[in-house]
This record gives sequence, structure tokens and C-alpha cells, in this order.
Amino acid sequence: MPNPLDAAARATPPTVARRIRGLSDRAIAWLFVAPTIFLLLAINIFPLIWTVRLSFTNYRANRPNEEVEWVGLRNYIRILTDDGIWANMQTTAHFLFWTLVLQVILGFALAWLINRKFKGNDLLTTLIVLPMMLSPAVVGNFWTFLYQPQIGLVNYTVELLTGTPANSFSMLGPGGYAPWSIIIVDTWMWTPFVMLICLAGLRSIPDYIYEAAEVDRASKWRQFWTITVPMVLPFLMLAVLFRGIENFKMFDMVVLLTGGGPGNETLLASIDLKREAFEKWRTGYSSAYAIILFVTVFGLASIYVKALNKVKER
Amino acid sequence: MTDFLRNLIRLRRGPWEMVATILIALGVVMLMQPFALALFTWSFLVTLVGTVMFIIVSHFPE
Repeated sequence: MPNPLDAAARATPPTVARRIRGLSDRAIAWLFVAPTIFLLLAINIFPLIWTVRLSFTNYRANRPNEEVEWVGLRNYIRILTDDGIWANMQTTAHFLFWTLVLQVILGFALAWLINRKFKGNDLLTTLIVLPMMLSPAVVGNFWTFLYQPQIGLVNYTVELLTGTPANSFSMLGPGGYAPWSIIIVDTWMWTPFVMLICLAGLRSIPDYIYEAAEVDRASKWRQFWTITVPMVLPFLMLAVLFRGIENFKMFDMVVLLTGGGPGNETLLASIDLKREAFEKWRTGYSSAYAIILFVTVFGLASIYVKALNKVKER
Repeated sequence: MTDFLRNLIRLRRGPWEMVATILIALGVVMLMQPFALALFTWSFLVTLVGTVMFIIVSHFPE
């Protein structure tokens, strides 16, 4: 039976075969990597450079034939002195702060509980992790139903527990509950992620450290603060940074829940950016806005990578 | 502290990365604080300096 490799070699035209045979290993490696690099440049790097360029102009994508004017730093100055954008940043900060606080506390507590061995541990872990696996679009839609004043389960439960009529308040409407509603949904969805990272941290602590502490008659409280917390802290920091970066960019779920309303109560920076770019069509201005958000996320991502390396060194 | 300053002068990665990290964190806090518009105005510059510094100093020797 003829060898298939021989057959393939014979089928290769001699000029191509000779050409490939003449290439060094390094050149062949570059040949394989080149399409990826090309795609990366075309999809990521070029648009980024183009956005930087646009951020210094008054370009509007809905008026492509209009003359584009070079405005220098004007877009950046207007954004960074705008009270409205400052307020949006504070809305983003409120969302970021409370989601991180709640997710860290609940995530760590859940990890602490799950780390113990008991019957049904695996099943419980799977159930807790479920929300994280859902699409933000699905989560946004079904929480909209849960928050419905007339038929929603949340209002019904509040009525049951406090006696406040269910249709007297709206979690997503005016009344000041909307910022907290999006915090609750994000916490519900992403606490399992923080839990998993904390669980990895807890399981990385060797038992002999606790055994040595027991020998030294350290109390459980002391063990928690001097062993558990310091050993889990790098993992926790990693989770905080990751969730911080993700929530800074939060868009889909909040758009589906509130659309930035009522008024501007839940208008996060990313939603405002989308409005500027694709509703008001201020492309140059929104490019500058995007660059400001990008530099912030890039800076945070740098810290994240540094923290990740520290965890890897452990 | 003396070690930190010595390593800073000798252009070592550790302390310089720390300075860059502090600048980035400060920039983010300035961007989102509710107290002064002036801090918000300068936040981008601080974050940008921190980020660029981080990229450069991460190539310094350990």
C-alpha cells in the first residue's frame, strides 16, 4: 500500500516544494503567525488608531460629505469639564462600588461555606454558579419581569413582607430604586464568579498551616484573620479588578433593564457613550469619550495583569 | 523606604511599577469622585501618565 505522505509529496508542485524547503524554521513560524497578526492589526489596532485620530476632529458619521475640521484637544476639554458626564461617572462609580462590595462579601461568604465538606456540596455549587452562565440579555429580560410592579415577584414579596402595596412602587421606575435594582441584578449574576475565585484561593491554603496554628492554640478567629484572609487576598484582589473592569464597561444588562433611566439615574458612562456616538452622531466627540474610557480600562487592566502575575508566583 | 528610593533611582521595575499603579488608581478615583470638578478634569491626564509609565517601566530590570 503506498504511503500517503509520499503521495502528498509527489502531488506537491516542485516549485512550491522547493520554495518551502528553502525557508528557515523562523520564516515558517512567521508564515503561520502572520494571518493572526494581520487580523489583530486590522480589527483591533487600526480602529484604535483611527479612533484616536477622530477624537481630534469634529467628524460626524451621519454627515460623511461634510468637511472634517481638526479641533485639537477641544473634544477632550469639553468632556472633562462637562457636569453631565461627571454625573454619569459618579453613577458608574456608585454602580461599581456597591456591586464590588456586595459581590466580594457574598462571594467570599459562599466560598467559605462551599469549602466545607457536606452532603450535596457539588449540587449546591452547580446551582450557585448557574446565573453566571446565563446571557446578560436573558438576565436583563427576566429581571424586567421580576421587577414588574403589577405581576413581578419582587414587588409581591415586598408586599408580603412589609405590607406595602405591590403596585405602589416601581423598582425600575422613578423613586430612586433603579440604581439599586441594577446593582441587585449584577450582584445576583456575578457573585458566583467571585465565589469561584475565592474558592480557588481557599483551596490553595495548605492544611499544615492551620494544623500549626492549632498547635500554637490560635483561635478560629485569629486563624481567619492571620491565615485565611492574607492567603486569599491576592485572589480576592484579582476578582475585584476583573469585576471592576467588567462593570466599568457594563452596557447590555443595564440597557435592557432601565435603558439608562428613569431620567439619567442609571445612565452609565458606556450607555452615554453609545448615545453620543449612535443617537446624536457626534463621532469625533464620542471618540474622545471612548479614548478616555479606554485609557482608564487599560490602566486598570495593567494593574490586573500585575496582580495576576503575583498570584501565579505563589 | 530607603530601599524603595534607592531602587527608584537605580531604575528598578518594582518601585516604578508601584508609582505607576498609584497614579492609575489615583486617576480612576479622580475620575469618579463626587467632590470637585477640577479633579475630574485632571483625572484623564493622571491616568494616562500612569498607564504610559506602567508600559515603559514594565521593561525595566527587576
